[in-house]
Amino acid sequence: MSLKFSPQIEKEINKIIKNYPQKQSALLSILHLAQKEFGYISEEVERLVAQILDIKPIRVREVVTFYTMFHQRPVGKYHIKVCRNISCSINGAEELIDYISEKLGIKVGETTPDKKFTLSVVECLGACEHAPCMQVNSEYYGNLDKKKIDLILERLNNDIND
Amino acid sequence: MTSMIEEKLLTRNLEVENLYKIEIYQKYDGYKALKKALLQMTPEQILEEVKKANLRGRGGAGFPAGLKWSFVPKDTHKPKYLCVNADEGEPGTFKDRFIMTNNPHLLIEGIIITCYCVGIHTAFIYIRGEYEHVAQRLETAIKEAYKKNYLGDNILKTNFSLNLYIHRGAGAYICGEETALLESLEGKRGHPRLKPPFPASVGLYKCPTVINNVETISNIPIIVLKGGEWFVKKGLPNDGGTRLFSVSGSVKNPGVYELPTGTNLKDIIFNYAGGMKEGRTLKAVIPGGLSAPILREDEIDIPMDCESLMKVNSMLGSSAIIVIDDRTPIIDVLRVIVNFYAHESCGQCTPCRNGTWWMKNIVHRICNGYGKISDIDNLLRIANNICGKTLCPMGDAASMAVRGVLEKFRQEIEDYIKKR
Repeated sequence: MSLKFSPQIEKEINKIIKNYPQKQSALLSILHLAQKEFGYISEEVERLVAQILDIKPIRVREVVTFYTMFHQRPVGKYHIKVCRNISCSINGAEELIDYISEKLGIKVGETTPDKKFTLSVVECLGACEHAPCMQVNSEYYGNLDKKKIDLILERLNNDIND
Repeated sequence: MTSMIEEKLLTRNLEVENLYKIEIYQKYDGYKALKKALLQMTPEQILEEVKKANLRGRGGAGFPAGLKWSFVPKDTHKPKYLCVNADEGEPGTFKDRFIMTNNPHLLIEGIIITCYCVGIHTAFIYIRGEYEHVAQRLETAIKEAYKKNYLGDNILKTNFSLNLYIHRGAGAYICGEETALLESLEGKRGHPRLKPPFPASVGLYKCPTVINNVETISNIPIIVLKGGEWFVKKGLPNDGGTRLFSVSGSVKNPGVYELPTGTNLKDIIFNYAGGMKEGRTLKAVIPGGLSAPILREDEIDIPMDCESLMKVNSMLGSSAIIVIDDRTPIIDVLRVIVNFYAHESCGQCTPCRNGTWWMKNIVHRICNGYGKISDIDNLLRIANNICGKTLCPMGDAASMAVRGVLEKFRQEIEDYIKKR
């Protein structure tokens, strides 16, 4: 098997496994790390993780396909996840989703040709006091309007991270 | 002034800068309850106080915490576990994030006392995957607590030991359901288990397990410090203490408000949250997270406690108040509801998996202008066929939320269908 974790991540994985009385419990944590390292969970990554935990690759596949945060395909450098749930919707989320989609020239679920942005809509992010809100990778942005979206996208386009 | 401060239990000292750091937390009586519990009280005495406090679960079901703990068998050779539910997926809810971000040690102190009381030596905080920054803050706080010997071996030189770990979810609403949470912690899909057996006897790794919400556990330190009788007086006789109300939607000042259990809903919206946004009028309120059936404007003059909301066929749930204004078409609310449950159904039980999907398709058809008046009864029929026919309460939640909108706003939906 050619694919390998970096030594640092491998160390972290070994530490995480020790937190649990049963090894398989570490699966979600390892997949989070794997996604950070490899960008998405390919079949090869599934096999690698399965080998580490002594489980069948199908067990990994079951989990990867169940949880929305794991991707089986590459996503853009900046994964924009706009909340469409109740408080955000009341405060104009739909309109913002259309706006971002138009600005980036992609539909929801698509990635820009330069692989910079992926646009997704998600369910409640638990930040309703800042509705409408979104997450870019793991960063939260709230109280959004078109002007704020312009600013955020411009910063990201120039790779200025907060 | 003093009495105002006394009203706050969970959000006390919140104005203190850097309260999330252990040194600061300690300066404001942090870990004092832990010392009292471990050095001066027996587990039985603590359980007695929690029972007296009538502390009901803050996650949604409202089950009395003391009673839950007492179900854990005492004479078992198996290890016991505590799982803190920090999945916080109920739409409209953000109070647990508020506690964990601003006062993580309050939660940790509550966890240690709970584990001492129930005889647990391993605890997990199951936190939703999206809260990565919050998880990092908790990690740091846990490290601090280990350094002070509040966690680890022989805590405060007693023979009580506890290890605490964080487990991140990965984006699945269902994992907030306690048995799905356990499956997820075991590294599997979040498929709820059949109950009974209840987690108190057969839980994580088939061992006795206590599962409590973040806010519930965070109330433990003050109950230990001030006593159950004091605590119960801060709320209602059978529903003690305060609640963290997450208020969002069309209000001027959305946010977390700590108020006595039983505070009037209208008061929370118009006095505490600043009333409606400029130029909007109130149309409806969802009082306990998206799963709680919607209330019309003329129904919100009620106390916010489990029983009062049950009387109006809704529920207190996670105490998340979602305020809907006159400019929001009710069909939009319905669409959000059906989208959400169709997306989050775990797929295990047919009535929920297929029912939520059908409801979503019908509502989308209505939105696209192809609705028929008979669709409303059709939706009601499907909702009725989900309720009570699934392993976990998510099916009931989907059904109740949809039924609530259809029953309370039938005329508006009929008008919408006719107009399109």
